[in-house]
Amino acid sequence: MPTKPDDILAIRDLEVHFEQSGSSLSRLLGRPSGTVKAVDGINITLQRGEVLGLVGESGSGKTTLGRAILGLVPATSGTITYTPPAGEGVDIATLKGATLRSMRQRLQMVFQDPSAALNPSMTLETAIGHPLVIHKVASGEELRQRVIASLERVGLSPAEQFLSKYPSDLSGGQKQRAVMARAIIVGPELVVADEPVSMLDMSVRAKVLQLMLDLKRDLGLTYVYVTHDLATAKFFCDRVAIMYLGKIVEIGPSDEIFADPKHPYTKSLLKAIPDPDPSKAIPRDLPRGEIPDAARPPKGCSFHPRCPMARNDCGWEPRDLKSLVEEHWTTTDLATFEREHELVGHLVELNTSAGEVVVEPHRGKGSPDDVWAMFSAIKDARPDEPLWRGVTSMEKTPAGVKFVFAPSSPVNLRASGASEVACVLYPSAP
Amino acid sequence: MNSFFGRLLAPFRNTTGLARWILVTGLIITGTFVIAAIFAPILAPYGFAQMSVAGVDFPKTSPPGPGHLFGTNNQFYDILSRVIWGAQTAISVVLLSVVLSALIGVPLGLLSGYVGRWTDRILVFIMDALYAFPSLLLAIVFAFLLQHSIGSGVISAALSLTVIYIPQYFRVVRNTTVSAREATYVEAARALGAKNGTIMGRYLFSNVIQSVPVIATLNAADAISTLAALGFLGLGIQPTDASEWGYDLSRALQDASAGIWWTGFFPGMAIVGLVMGLTLVGEGLNETINPTLRKRRFRKVTLPPRTPGREEVGS
Ligand SMILES: Nc1ncnc2c1ncn2[C@@H]1O[C@H](COP(=O)(O)OP(=O)(O)OP(=O)(O)O)[C@@H](O)[C@H]1O
Ligand code: SF4
Ligand SMILES: [Mg+2]
Repeated sequence: MPTKPDDILAIRDLEVHFEQSGSSLSRLLGRPSGTVKAVDGINITLQRGEVLGLVGESGSGKTTLGRAILGLVPATSGTITYTPPAGEGVDIATLKGATLRSMRQRLQMVFQDPSAALNPSMTLETAIGHPLVIHKVASGEELRQRVIASLERVGLSPAEQFLSKYPSDLSGGQKQRAVMARAIIVGPELVVADEPVSMLDMSVRAKVLQLMLDLKRDLGLTYVYVTHDLATAKFFCDRVAIMYLGKIVEIGPSDEIFADPKHPYTKSLLKAIPDPDPSKAIPRDLPRGEIPDAARPPKGCSFHPRCPMARNDCGWEPRDLKSLVEEHWTTTDLATFEREHELVGHLVELNTSAGEVVVEPHRGKGSPDDVWAMFSAIKDARPDEPLWRGVTSMEKTPAGVKFVFAPSSPVNLRASGASEVACVLYPSAP
Repeated sequence: MNSFFGRLLAPFRNTTGLARWILVTGLIITGTFVIAAIFAPILAPYGFAQMSVAGVDFPKTSPPGPGHLFGTNNQFYDILSRVIWGAQTAISVVLLSVVLSALIGVPLGLLSGYVGRWTDRILVFIMDALYAFPSLLLAIVFAFLLQHSIGSGVISAALSLTVIYIPQYFRVVRNTTVSAREATYVEAARALGAKNGTIMGRYLFSNVIQSVPVIATLNAADAISTLAALGFLGLGIQPTDASEWGYDLSRALQDASAGIWWTGFFPGMAIVGLVMGLTLVGEGLNETINPTLRKRRFRKVTLPPRTPGREEVGS
């Protein structure tokens, strides 16, 4: 795909998978163990000088995407094209060894925990100057002067006082400033900041973010700002990408995302922002339910098990039915639970994504009529469960009860207003 | 570099209470032997293989007395001199072997822990195999092999001891590296564009060597007794090359039944003394390095007395 001259980074169909190491026995037998699709088909184009926020709950793959941009994790497939101000674009995903290392003068990273990101046995002078030594840019007195300039630049002044300090002598905010000083000393163009303020005291967060904005303005940086905190993203980012289970579900200008969120997941995240005014504090309404196991993402739209607006074609599958029954069991009385559990067992037949499935009485105990009665009762108790929208038919067969699920519609990012949304509801009028 | 030595010495500074007493006692005992070793040419009345002075032969197996404070043995040697020269042999052999095994074991452990995969598996396998061998047996085999190739001096004795102790440095450094490798500062170094060699040398090395001084001192104690055992078995240093306590002890065996105690007693006490001194140093350090044993020292906070003048200003 051609990139415009002011595009600094173009990510195309990027996937990063991690092999989950199963038990040693299954490894020995060469059985395929689970694969976590930490980044699962992502497309982003980053313009020079913009701040892109990556927002999502824990495990959505934000850090992995950030690390992939620097080539710190190998891409499973896809391309990451970096275009220098003058010259041809290079695909970071294919770089290795010395060429990849030399890219780190252009692309830098700031880590979440500043206490862990600095070598405990290096003075600030050595640590901050080390990138210049590594890339053989400066040495001797020039190195020292550049370290001092960098320290002053991030507000650690008088710099001479900090040169011989160890990380353990600094406060959290100072450490993060030192990490920034180390990141900017080689003159990078793009900085991936992975939750740079989440480990800091409230009192210094705003100051560090302001410093980052100042650095961006003065040095012409481009930021990828990773966070799970929408409140800072609103203040900090030009554009925001909302991630869920390795995919971008909504991306657009900050103003648009905050003023007119479209994806149901974005909406629930926005509702979850705590109000700074305690008298107006609304109950925090995080999306219901757990984040699904990344090794077995849900079918169709991976948000559908938690989505309050889900339709019939959002990817409903037998696994969702199992979750519903299990949820019902946790709330019902003990006698009912034991009777039903005796009747259908662990419902292993529902561990599938197939379009139809038959639930039979477990080990011949009870009849298909009992199973029918059980599911009817569950359905009647909660007829509004979004799941039932996706069940096109539930019928009694001689063997048991047969469920047929609606086929899922494709959910790729589609333009809707100024944003792009991955949801069957958008664009609303085709 | 300043920090490097600071970290290496930190365990010495952090000891408290009993551990500090153990450490100080050990240091005094060990220090005595080290002084004897360094100043042997001055302190020893005679050479280690000297049998006569000014053309007059030493008496054979004469008991301790004014002429020969620790007596002489049946080879006409002055025992006091042999004990003092023996300290020099012991200290130099042990120093050489400890330094060599650390120089080999630490980088190998760092490499194995950092690189992982096959390199790690093969190195761990070799080191575990070496470690599983009874150390004395291993030393005997190597001493025997080296005797034929490079003779039986201080160097070959040190080399045969080196082999035994490499696995200990390797294991400790490798295991610390495996956990330190996951630290964010290592990934940060990679993000800066550092080469693997730089990461190992500049980022991991100084953070994984904290336990090396403890292993070194405990190994040194063990090396003294192994060296003595080699000498006792006749595989160590020959009496004309250098004075060695284990060899003297083996020569003294026949004397014991004849009531000649001094030929065995003094070399024996020297071995016990140095082993004990080094063990005390090692245990004292271990106490402070091993976090499960460590008790934190709290310093009392003393506030400066209130100055009435300032109080008035404040109120
Ligand atoms: N090195 C790894 N090996 C195996 N799995 C990994 C690895 N790194 C990340 N993962 C998995 O990839 C998924 C995404 O992880 P990632 O750290 O990118 O999430 P995140 O959005 O940054 O979350 P958080 O907000 O907790 O930092 C998770 O399921 C995680 O378990
Ligand atoms: S596609 Fe849209 S409506 Fe359907 S589950 Fe996903 S987010 Fe909800
Ligand atoms: Mg993260």
